[in-house]
Amino acid sequence: MSFIPGQPVTAVVQRIEIKKLHQKDNLILGFSIGGGIDQDPGQNPFSEDKTDKGIYVTRITPGGPAHDAGLMMGDKIMQVNGWDMTMVTHDQARKRLTKKKEDVVRLLVTRKSLEHAVKQSMGSSPGLKHSGATYNHNLMQ
Amino acid sequence: MDTESTYSGYSYYSGRSRGSHRHGERSRDRHKSRSKDSRSEKSVTINTPPAEPLLGDSAVRGEQVQDDNWGETTTAVTGTSEHSLSQEDIVRITKDLEDSVGLDCRRYFTLTLAVILGLLVFLTPLAFLVLPHLLWPEKLQSCGTACEGLFISVAFKLLILLLAVWALFFRPPRAGLPRVFVFRALLAVLVLLFVVSYWLFYGVRILDSQDENYQGIVQYAVSLVDALLFIHYLAIVLLELRQLQPCFSACVTRSTDGEIRQYNLGQLSIQRAALAILEHYYCDFPVHNPALLSASKSRAAKHLAGLKVYNVDGPGNNAAAGLAHSQSRAMIAAAARRRDTSHNELYYEEAEHERRVRKRKARLVVAVEEAFTHIKRMQEEEQKKAPGDVMDPREAAQAIFPSMARALQKYLRTTKQQHCHSMESIQQHLAFCITNNMTPKAFLESYLTPGPTLQYSRDHWLARQWTLISEASVTSGLKDGTVFVLKCVDFSLVVTAKKIPYIQMSEEYIDPKSHKFVLRLQSETSV
Repeated sequence: MSFIPGQPVTAVVQRIEIKKLHQKDNLILGFSIGGGIDQDPGQNPFSEDKTDKGIYVTRITPGGPAHDAGLMMGDKIMQVNGWDMTMVTHDQARKRLTKKKEDVVRLLVTRKSLEHAVKQSMGSSPGLKHSGATYNHNLMQ
Repeated sequence: MDTESTYSGYSYYSGRSRGSHRHGERSRDRHKSRSKDSRSEKSVTINTPPAEPLLGDSAVRGEQVQDDNWGETTTAVTGTSEHSLSQEDIVRITKDLEDSVGLDCRRYFTLTLAVILGLLVFLTPLAFLVLPHLLWPEKLQSCGTACEGLFISVAFKLLILLLAVWALFFRPPRAGLPRVFVFRALLAVLVLLFVVSYWLFYGVRILDSQDENYQGIVQYAVSLVDALLFIHYLAIVLLELRQLQPCFSACVTRSTDGEIRQYNLGQLSIQRAALAILEHYYCDFPVHNPALLSASKSRAAKHLAGLKVYNVDGPGNNAAAGLAHSQSRAMIAAAARRRDTSHNELYYEEAEHERRVRKRKARLVVAVEEAFTHIKRMQEEEQKKAPGDVMDPREAAQAIFPSMARALQKYLRTTKQQHCHSMESIQQHLAFCITNNMTPKAFLESYLTPGPTLQYSRDHWLARQWTLISEASVTSGLKDGTVFVLKCVDFSLVVTAKKIPYIQMSEEYIDPKSHKFVLRLQSETSV
């Protein structure tokens, strides 16, 4: 999930749709975020690259809407309802997630296990059997 | 009661056993034999005047001879008695006698040369001024106002020159150096040449031709005095100012116990550097105590005595050198193979000694503090009220000394310092401390740690005769890596000089407004 400045960011993402929950006239999503371009990236326990100033999910309330939707702790949020989240301040991220007019937030999140899964599935697809086999072979050595 | 056995260096030689310690016998024959053995130990006397009764001291028996055992009933081994000299004293005195004659001659010779040169220098301008009046008074032009003004200037410049020469050169000599002081010799030669050339010019152009222009003559004399003042400035720069800037760092190591000090020196010749280092030695290095070295010597002796090498093949087989070589190699190999437990003994011995010293120090500190509480300084009002039993400091010291004498002597014996302090010196020091309102701790400091040599009595200064051993000429300057040795009778000081490196310093400017800080944020918001 590291980025090279000047190059477009590529990542394997998962779409997660969370319906907000009404709780005493608050709309909550059930998770906490950390990070932002105005924060200190070195203190982020979830990022691989300690210069990554993206927004990360730091806590998920069990049983909350985010947990039910499949969001996991340590996910990096790439987009919220189409808005980019890789270069925002912490406060801007919070605002984008807590708009009172929106009931549903559609997130694009990425995590390390997604990349592993994609690599493995690419290796075992039939069209690439020969190279996949060798790839797997190389992996297992 | 003291039931510990003290292990002092002397006990190795004397074999003072614990038996004598308990019975309180006197061993005078051992005492005499030891005076021959103590090659490296200083001799100091500790004598009580027989009239003084000390605490529990039953040592004043039938013999009226000196009791070198103040404060205790047992024999104290201190070296030699009052009237005998140790071997090194004899060596020292003969050396002093031999060299003092030669040195005095040289000193007087240089002194007379200096005086002659000084007189020549001072009388020359006056002679220049006076001679025309004596030799051709009628032809001489009368001296106008400007000329008389020059008289005043000559007078004052000569006065200033006199004071400056007195300040720079007429100081008591600190030392006699082995070679002549090069800069001073050069300056003397320069002054001599200078004055001779002026006389030459004067003799040829003025005396022979009998010049009438007296003002010119007076100006000539003034120029001489000016030039002499400039030569004096040169002398200050060469002799005093040049070596002020530190250029070398000298590392001085004492050969017997490895004490190391570092000093910064300027550009000096080796003999002057040696003199500067010796002057620092007397105030920085702790006093040389040969009693502390006896333990390692005994260990070395034990190592040598442990192994005997026999030549089985017979005497005629090898050449003598080969025989010795093979013998020493056999000894080294055997020593390496042998399981040596002397390190064990050393460790436990040192731990035991450390414990003993601390115990005695605790007793000493308590005894001294208690002794100091017995006297108090009398105030002015009390002086009129109670005139009886008033003591001056010496008597007060003598009054409280017996209560601490025993503890102090035991401590000094344990730390092997007993020969550095005589009873007289201790009482003097005590009187000094009482006079100056010092605390017991201040009194004790000079006994708890060995101080610099200057602190002790005059006989510790006996090493005033030093030999400078150097591979380079002693009048050559110090260079990087110069090594020389200053040897005296008991030990030697090895000096290594290293050049202080050239320091390249650069600057970096920091704007005071540039100190800005931000908080390290790490917020977590729940949504």
